[in-house]
Amino acid sequence: MLGRLNLDALKHDWIEYLAGASMFFGLIAIIALVTYYKRWKWLWKEWFTSVDHKKIGVMYLVVSFVMLVKGLIDAVMMRFQQAFAFGDSMGYLGAEHFQQIFTAHGVTMIFFVGMGVIFAIINYVVPLQIGARDVAFPFLNNLSFWLFAMGGMMILVSLVIGVYGGTGWSAYPPLAGIEYNPGVGVDYWVWSIQISGIGTMLSGINFLVTILKMRCKGMSLMKMPIFTWATFITMILIIFAFPILTGALSMLTTDRLLDTKIFTAGFGGNPMMYINLFWAWGHPEVYILILPAFGMFSEVVPVFSRKRLFGYASMVWALVAIAFFSFIVWLHHFFTMGAGANVNSFFGIMTMIIAIPTGVKVFNWLFTMFRGRVKFSTPMLWFIGFIVTFVSGGMTGVLMSLPGVDFQVHNSLFLIAHFHSVIIGGVVFGFFAGFTYWFPKIFGYTLIEKWGKWAFWCWLIGYCLAFLPLYLLGFMGVTRRLNHFDVTEWQPLFMVALLGALVITAGVGFQCLQIYTSIKRRKENRDETGDPWDGRTLEWSTTSPPPFYNYAHTPEVHAKDAFWDFKQKGMPIKMGPPYYPIHMPKNSPYGFLIGVLSFTMAFGLIWWIWWLAALSVVGIVVCIIAHLFVKEPDYFVTEEEVAKIEGEAHGSV
Amino acid sequence: MEASNPEQYPDTHHDTYSKTLFGFWLYLMTDFILFGSLFAIWAVLRNNTFGGPGSQDLFSLSWNLFQTFLLMFASFTGGVGGAYAHRNEKNRCLSWFLITAALGIGFLIMQTMEFARLIEAGHTWKGSGFLSAFFTLVGTFWAHIIFAVLFTFIIIWPVWRGDRDIGLRNLTRLTCLRQFWQFLFVVWIFIFTIVYLLGAK
Repeated sequence: MLGRLNLDALKHDWIEYLAGASMFFGLIAIIALVTYYKRWKWLWKEWFTSVDHKKIGVMYLVVSFVMLVKGLIDAVMMRFQQAFAFGDSMGYLGAEHFQQIFTAHGVTMIFFVGMGVIFAIINYVVPLQIGARDVAFPFLNNLSFWLFAMGGMMILVSLVIGVYGGTGWSAYPPLAGIEYNPGVGVDYWVWSIQISGIGTMLSGINFLVTILKMRCKGMSLMKMPIFTWATFITMILIIFAFPILTGALSMLTTDRLLDTKIFTAGFGGNPMMYINLFWAWGHPEVYILILPAFGMFSEVVPVFSRKRLFGYASMVWALVAIAFFSFIVWLHHFFTMGAGANVNSFFGIMTMIIAIPTGVKVFNWLFTMFRGRVKFSTPMLWFIGFIVTFVSGGMTGVLMSLPGVDFQVHNSLFLIAHFHSVIIGGVVFGFFAGFTYWFPKIFGYTLIEKWGKWAFWCWLIGYCLAFLPLYLLGFMGVTRRLNHFDVTEWQPLFMVALLGALVITAGVGFQCLQIYTSIKRRKENRDETGDPWDGRTLEWSTTSPPPFYNYAHTPEVHAKDAFWDFKQKGMPIKMGPPYYPIHMPKNSPYGFLIGVLSFTMAFGLIWWIWWLAALSVVGIVVCIIAHLFVKEPDYFVTEEEVAKIEGEAHGSV
Repeated sequence: MEASNPEQYPDTHHDTYSKTLFGFWLYLMTDFILFGSLFAIWAVLRNNTFGGPGSQDLFSLSWNLFQTFLLMFASFTGGVGGAYAHRNEKNRCLSWFLITAALGIGFLIMQTMEFARLIEAGHTWKGSGFLSAFFTLVGTFWAHIIFAVLFTFIIIWPVWRGDRDIGLRNLTRLTCLRQFWQFLFVVWIFIFTIVYLLGAK
């Protein structure tokens, strides 16, 4: 009846009990609060079933933030273990637990924080920037979110019921095969990524169609804001890359469930094929993460330098070039496979070439600042931090693109330091810049600068303390994913790294404080104009937060930096009456239901509860059919209602 | 207010037909890439028979050729059905799509029989890398056909029950359906060539 699920699945060590208990009581507390304030209906009608891209964006933010805290706790736990597990001391984490933590940390941070935050901002900002009222497929957008959220849920559930994968976030077979990992850990890993990956693929299609088909009048491709361009290119990468991941994971699943011999070491399987497919997705994936962050910086830097972006066209072509090259460098993740000198040189050279368009972008940002009236607000500080950390991380990347060097530092802490430099310095700092920049648009008031600056310095200093020692340790030959060291000389450097992780944690603490005080003092920081930074792109032309239909009249643009152009020419954006009815999509419960059923399906497959999996698949098909048969999926907002909302927003009609 | 004609007011550029078609086409591209990764696996594992039978021992080309004709006609009749949908000729459209579904079912029966024949002879997907790659690639295609047949019925049902006028919403779906059948035939051409034709010699 319950497959291989029994009470043993709940047996853990005391740390996991602590995590499980805190999650459980947190959940109870949330349920109690929602019930006490009678907000269930509100939550369901206004949020869970919402197809409004802005609300979906905010939901992405909330889930990513929860996952960020979880991933950060994982990181600090690993740092504590590695700082003390020397010589006779084995540290406080068992080897089994340690390997689950480093796996979960990677998966959480890449899939549920990195992907989450970029989709949060993309969801919120892109339709506004192109002057659209929603995305091309609003229901699909809601479904994508729920698939993403349920994937994240899977990791959290694995903390309580069973175990998570212990194979590292890339789960190479044959280690990840059924022979060496017969438990549920790898299955949890597969399904958490598979479900959210399919959600991401749907989002990729959705936003590509949105950007190509729903731009407002006058916005030709070369007049799009750079963030929209970055999103556009990212969506192309998603469409090309994510099906490969889906395929690779499916085959790993059949290997584990149906006993196929695709990635097995024996029986004519080929484990290296998994590694090739994984990185054929995995390398574009790192650009899927970083390109939107590049886009956010490209919005922030001109606004805070009060100059237009230097080299718009070269920025666009750099994005295109990076996207192209990102598909022909995947082998640099495993030069040590032994593909031979010629193959390795090809991929090494391609890897070096990809640094060129990236360099173009860095110089363009710097030239944008050059002779501008630069205002060092928090978003700009994140940018400065990004330049330092990302460029140094990029340099170490180019260093490792030499196969000869890579053989020395492969899988060492040098590599760990490299990709944390580019991901923390690039994606995370980029998101924080974008988050601070667009926060007033999303919530209607600005964030308090002071705590933002504290947070920035903690993150930057913490980053240096945590990762510069890892570069050194990597050169000394320390490999990744070790829970114990014999060489006690390394301990001081690991202590410094631990200190760095704690400083970063303090930075996150300041961010929580910043959000808390900003909410408390929101009255004095309210953004009345909708344009707190003297912005350049269309999203600043509507109110903060925008009405659910975004624009009462969809704008018509004549230049890049469309809103700036309006302000310079003194042309008012058309706002007043007469209003017309607005065509909008209706909310739908099926996104949520399909998300939950995907979760139960995966749960059934993980624990071999076949009836649950089969029932869930039937449920999913029924939901899809029911969605197809919805009589009126959309409606019109009447002109009276538009007039009322606009009147309240602008004070007069 | 009725939402039947979204184009009647200024700045509601909701061209749902072309948006949906483009979106569906992009989905088909992702499916191509998914099949691409399966083909890559096939290319690497096709000779890894692990002492078991190889592709030249197992396939019967005439059988697969007949399947090819079934799918080719399914793609053609789907195309005709789609064309009649655009001319708003409901009954002809429905009949051609029913023929498409029937041809699809014919293909499914033949493919299932081929699988059954292999499994009965003891050549299951557990046997070797080669057999795994074969069953994953062709099995994924087989599952696609099942969904295509299922959704053919689901999509023509409201057309059959509905007014004489097919309507934009149904037209969009019927066009997607037509694209899907044609897409499946293109994939099958690759499977027939790479797996069966090249494998059988």
